[in-house]
Amino acid sequence: MKFRLPFAPLVALRFLREGRMQTFLILAGTTGGVAVIVFLTQLISQLQNQIVDRVLGSQAHVVLRPLEEANRRAIDDQGFASIIEPRAQRLRSIDQWENIARLAGGMPGVTAVSPVVTGPAFAVRGQANKSVALMGVDAERYRRIVRMEEYMVAGRFAVEGTHTVIGTELAKDLGLRLDDKLRVAFPNGRDELLQVGGIFDIGNKDLNRRWVFVTLPLAQSLLDLPGGVSNLDVTVADIFEAQTVADRLRGATGLTVDSWMQTNAQLLAALRNQSVSNNLIRSFVVIIVALGIASVLVVSVVQKQKEIGILRAMGASRGMILQVFLIQGAVVGAVGSIFGSMLAFTLLNVFSAIYRNADGQPLFAAELEFRFILVAALVATLVGLLSALIPARRAAKMDPVQAIRS
Amino acid sequence: MTAVIELAGLRKAYNQGTPVETEVLHGIDLRLEEGEFAALIGPSGSGKSTLLNLIGLLERPTGGRLSVGGRDTARISEAELTALRGRSIGFVFQFHHLLPAFTALENVMMPTIIARGVADEEAEADALALLDAVGLKAHAYKKPAQLSGGQQQRVAIARALALRPRLILADEPTGNLDTHTADEIFALLRAFNRDSRCACLIVTHDPRLAARCDRIVRLVDGRIAEDRAVPSL
Repeated sequence: MKFRLPFAPLVALRFLREGRMQTFLILAGTTGGVAVIVFLTQLISQLQNQIVDRVLGSQAHVVLRPLEEANRRAIDDQGFASIIEPRAQRLRSIDQWENIARLAGGMPGVTAVSPVVTGPAFAVRGQANKSVALMGVDAERYRRIVRMEEYMVAGRFAVEGTHTVIGTELAKDLGLRLDDKLRVAFPNGRDELLQVGGIFDIGNKDLNRRWVFVTLPLAQSLLDLPGGVSNLDVTVADIFEAQTVADRLRGATGLTVDSWMQTNAQLLAALRNQSVSNNLIRSFVVIIVALGIASVLVVSVVQKQKEIGILRAMGASRGMILQVFLIQGAVVGAVGSIFGSMLAFTLLNVFSAIYRNADGQPLFAAELEFRFILVAALVATLVGLLSALIPARRAAKMDPVQAIRS
Repeated sequence: MTAVIELAGLRKAYNQGTPVETEVLHGIDLRLEEGEFAALIGPSGSGKSTLLNLIGLLERPTGGRLSVGGRDTARISEAELTALRGRSIGFVFQFHHLLPAFTALENVMMPTIIARGVADEEAEADALALLDAVGLKAHAYKKPAQLSGGQQQRVAIARALALRPRLILADEPTGNLDTHTADEIFALLRAFNRDSRCACLIVTHDPRLAARCDRIVRLVDGRIAEDRAVPSL
């Protein structure tokens, strides 16, 4: 049994096949348009994800800190002038942090909470000393905030006893290798001898120089914060919901709560502007492609006038003629989106081979998400259909007698 | 005898309601019986084509009555008119008017595809049989451009017959063919008329061909000037 197309698709496809040059041009236009949109969308979404990934690679999504201390006006306001001096902020613990950590952990959208004690210190070895930030963490919990294990160049990210994990820059500055000893000294006079259990490279020289990880209890005692933590780091499920989660946490705890979105407001604004201009470009491309399809089909309707008249004389209704041209638009959109996606995939491969990061890695992966292709195909088909509307209606309205005579 | 078409006081005016309103047909009375083979003759501008378009339901009259197969066409909708046209009338135009993008076979199947939405084995077999009947079975898979003028017109006749219409309207079917080919085409129409009892109305300028019809209707200035039977030989 032979497969037979129904009237409208049969005639539509035959018309497209017959108008070779036109069909080629209109398909080329649609292919180019779809390729630009898919390529641009994929490129920008990948770049943005990467930037956000990089930023969040060494940052907690949300950080809870104690409220800042402020001097209050103690004198009544009966005309006494006063100057309120801002107060120096000492290192303090979050009050009842364990309860707050539990509360934060139970909040919807939060996937991990890690207590951190952080304070200033000096790393000393021989004559050299470097200013560092001591980070007292529970390695197991902290891993869910910053994926430290991915950054390790030597040893493991595990702290116990007086073991420490330091960055590559600090290791280089102080000439440290795995299992070497390192002294940390504090303004309060305490000091401790640590053993290097791991060296990390987080991709940021400043942090590689400053972060010195030790166990939570050790940091607590060295920083005079027994049992306390200076902040709670929180990971959220959807990074772009971080602000909402932060607001909720602030409401529930009354602490100072900052999301990465606030800390990196400028970056986010830049990303958003990039998205806006991307959308603008995409809209224009869609409009241009639609105009291209419409104009070629308008010409085709005029050229096919006689055929339309013959079909009408043979009993084809206005609706059937309408369908013939709508299908042509939809087919051009659909086929154009397939070729366009293929072209976009090629472009992504070419450009990912050309553009490379500072570390030699490709700037973006030459991947094409299937849903992009699907969305592009749907949109292109719809655009094709809509662009064909005006020509198709013109064809349907054609008077068969006039059409045949022309 | 049943009337295939019946016209009573049929009028057609163009540009109605404007200062340039022109009436082309001034009340035509005509009845075509089943199986009749009639010629429609008349000088250019006498309204032959307009009359053919009206009978073919391609245009609507501005006055009078037109029934096709006993059905008054005045009140039926555009869509029904289109369907009625497809089912009951076959056209053969002066210039074959085949669809260049389709093969001869597909052209013959087209009325069936339009009427039923899609072709089937039966329709294809039937179309092949029709092409065989017009002597073109060997050319079934050629495009119109690969056929000669006479062959194209024969495909057009096969196409007109696809749905076994009760009436075939032919507008100078042999107008651009040489006499020999014209005779062949005419004979073909005649044969189908004899075998299937479908009525034929043929517009022609050729008095030689008109004389070979059963009946001659002469149109002058939008009126029937003469309507006579041709004595059989």
